[in-house]
Amino acid sequence: MRSLIALRRHRPGRPSRRDPAPSRLAFRMQRLWLTPGFWRLLRVGLPLCLIVLPVTAYLADDGRRAAIGAAAGDLRRQIQERPEFMVTAVAVEGASAPVGRAVRALVEPALPASSFTLDLAALRATVAAVDAVATADLRIRPGGILQIEITERRPAILLRRAAGLEMLDATGHRVATLLDRAARPDLAVIAGAGARDAVPEALAVLAAAAPLAGRVRGLVRRGERRWDLVLDRGQRILLPAEAPEAAVARVIVLDAAADLFGRTVGDVDMRNGQRPTLRPLPAPSVAADPAGGEAGAPDNLQSLSATVVKVSQP
Amino acid sequence: MTDLYQSQRAMRNLRRAALQRGVVAILDVGSSKIACLVLRFDGEAAGAREDGQAPLAGQSAFRVIGAATTRSRGVRFGEIDAIAETERAIRTAVQAAQKMAQTRVDHVIACLSGARPRSYGLAGEIALADGQVGEQDVSRVLAACDVPDFGQGREALHAHPVNFAIDHRTGFGDPRGHVGNRLAADMHLLTIDTAAVQNLAYCIKRCDLELAGIASSAYVSGLASLVEDEQELGAACIDMGGGATGISIFIKKHMIFAESVRLGGDHVTGDIAKGLQVPMATAERIKTYHGGVQATGMDDREMIEIGADCGDWEKDRRRVSRTELIGIIRPRVEEVLEEVRTILDAAGFDHLPSQQIVLTGGASQLPGLDGLAARILGQTVRLGRPLRVQGLPQAATGAAFSSTVGLCLFAAHPQDEWWDFAIPAERYPARSLRRAMKWFKDNW
Repeated sequence: MRSLIALRRHRPGRPSRRDPAPSRLAFRMQRLWLTPGFWRLLRVGLPLCLIVLPVTAYLADDGRRAAIGAAAGDLRRQIQERPEFMVTAVAVEGASAPVGRAVRALVEPALPASSFTLDLAALRATVAAVDAVATADLRIRPGGILQIEITERRPAILLRRAAGLEMLDATGHRVATLLDRAARPDLAVIAGAGARDAVPEALAVLAAAAPLAGRVRGLVRRGERRWDLVLDRGQRILLPAEAPEAAVARVIVLDAAADLFGRTVGDVDMRNGQRPTLRPLPAPSVAADPAGGEAGAPDNLQSLSATVVKVSQP
Repeated sequence: MTDLYQSQRAMRNLRRAALQRGVVAILDVGSSKIACLVLRFDGEAAGAREDGQAPLAGQSAFRVIGAATTRSRGVRFGEIDAIAETERAIRTAVQAAQKMAQTRVDHVIACLSGARPRSYGLAGEIALADGQVGEQDVSRVLAACDVPDFGQGREALHAHPVNFAIDHRTGFGDPRGHVGNRLAADMHLLTIDTAAVQNLAYCIKRCDLELAGIASSAYVSGLASLVEDEQELGAACIDMGGGATGISIFIKKHMIFAESVRLGGDHVTGDIAKGLQVPMATAERIKTYHGGVQATGMDDREMIEIGADCGDWEKDRRRVSRTELIGIIRPRVEEVLEEVRTILDAAGFDHLPSQQIVLTGGASQLPGLDGLAARILGQTVRLGRPLRVQGLPQAATGAAFSSTVGLCLFAAHPQDEWWDFAIPAERYPARSLRRAMKWFKDNW
């Protein structure tokens, strides 16, 4: 037999071990040590226990917990309220004077405040809620200054309402109230229910009607779906809901070819693209004598209708 | 019978649990040494073949991570004699192996070499109900084997189905799915003394371990030291241990016979101690260093210092020639081999197609033993060593460890035994669901 365990040399001085076998207790202890769970418990659980137990015992008292919380809060506040972190002034850029005043009046009550506690997102929402402000960028500049950079909305059109005139930007958002129409003669006027929602379309129609610019008085929204282009001398162009710009272009071509608006035409009805319709102008003299009007108007209108057919061919 | 059947089933479940946990201990309780190995199973080995057998005879599935041997105490003739002593020796071995493996083991598969094993060949036959062999038919034919009366105090240790026959065709390893009218089975039953098993189980229980399997040492050393074609063509493995010599006969990869002679290497040592009047430890040392069975002229001139520590100069300076030593050893070895010869003759070993004899075990390392054995047992004798398993220390690869290594193979891939098959439906309690299922199948 070959032994796997090295032979234990017997030393003369010491008494030899009688029994190499481990006792039952030693055997069990060794097995316990070799149990992975027990080993892990001892290596992780015991140090954890040693750390957690005193801490828990210390924190078990309510007064100590409160004292620690108070001390921590105090320290935090001390750091936050150092003058380096305080915001005291507002600087508004990119805004006209009245808008700047309004923004300043909105923001200033929140100051002075620590830059840790200042809620820039909320302030920005407040500033952006001003009608004349398109976008607002807020940041804190070194030196404790709250810098507000504002892009204002540009008035693009006027909306006539019962209360008065309003300026709208190109997206239809309100900019400000206009007290005097003469103050902005460059802007066209729109009116009618639902006009506010269709400002981009109105701008497109007005752009298409640029050759008639001198005569355009404004646009009226009809039935919240289509526009009437109102000219002076009581003339109107009734535009379709779909592709009103194309209809305007057709009318302008017609006008150029046949001098449409030079005649006694009242409404030009383009609502049905297949069948443009002209309505005579209810002239006071003609209206007084329908028979005469019948006599006078026909060749006028007949030659025109021939032109209309010709124009609508291509 | 049913008791052991149940306990064997329970041990199989424990073995499965141990393999799932991945660590199992192997305990070879011998008369001269107690060896303990700790095996780690890493799941199924890669590249298992179609028949479920992994490469390298399935031993690539496990690895030896702890090994220890200790001098056996309290074991005589391969049976436990002094329970407390043996328990201590087992504790020593298990503790050292656990320490080497750095892990705790809970399940133990043990083997024992003595306990008077006796072999029985059993035969059973049934008629096939539906013309095709199913799972239940295999169970039924195994249950139909007529069990011999092996007497009080004996229990079945192994019950291997060796052969199945369907009608006139025989030699089936796995009869399931075959078509026929009658199914017959041959079973090899190995019984041992109940007391020996109970003592071993008690010792292991006292060490806080659970017995997950038990095997005969003769069988497992055959598994380890016979090569595949020897097992297939017929061979006998003779495991010459300290207190008992185990004999197992294999054919067609099944053990068909096992027996044990209650003589071994310790008796040779005892003879030397008596003949030369030296202590057993000295006698053991003289046997291992100078022993032999074949005297030559040279041996007359080789003088061996016996030595003693009594203070008497004449006694302390004694010398014997090696021839004298061989003269003491050889008769005892001849006696052992003649006992083996008698048993092999009684078992009908000379009817096997191949009659290879493999000598293994610690006592087979005596120089010149193969020559002596060839004279007594026949010409086809070789010395066998256990096959190599992964992680086994070099010191544990000798012939003395063939049953230990065989037990590893047994733990990794046990052969299907009677209790591994399903219980036949007839044996189930009257109200069981499976019985109801069978009634439905039979009647519709």
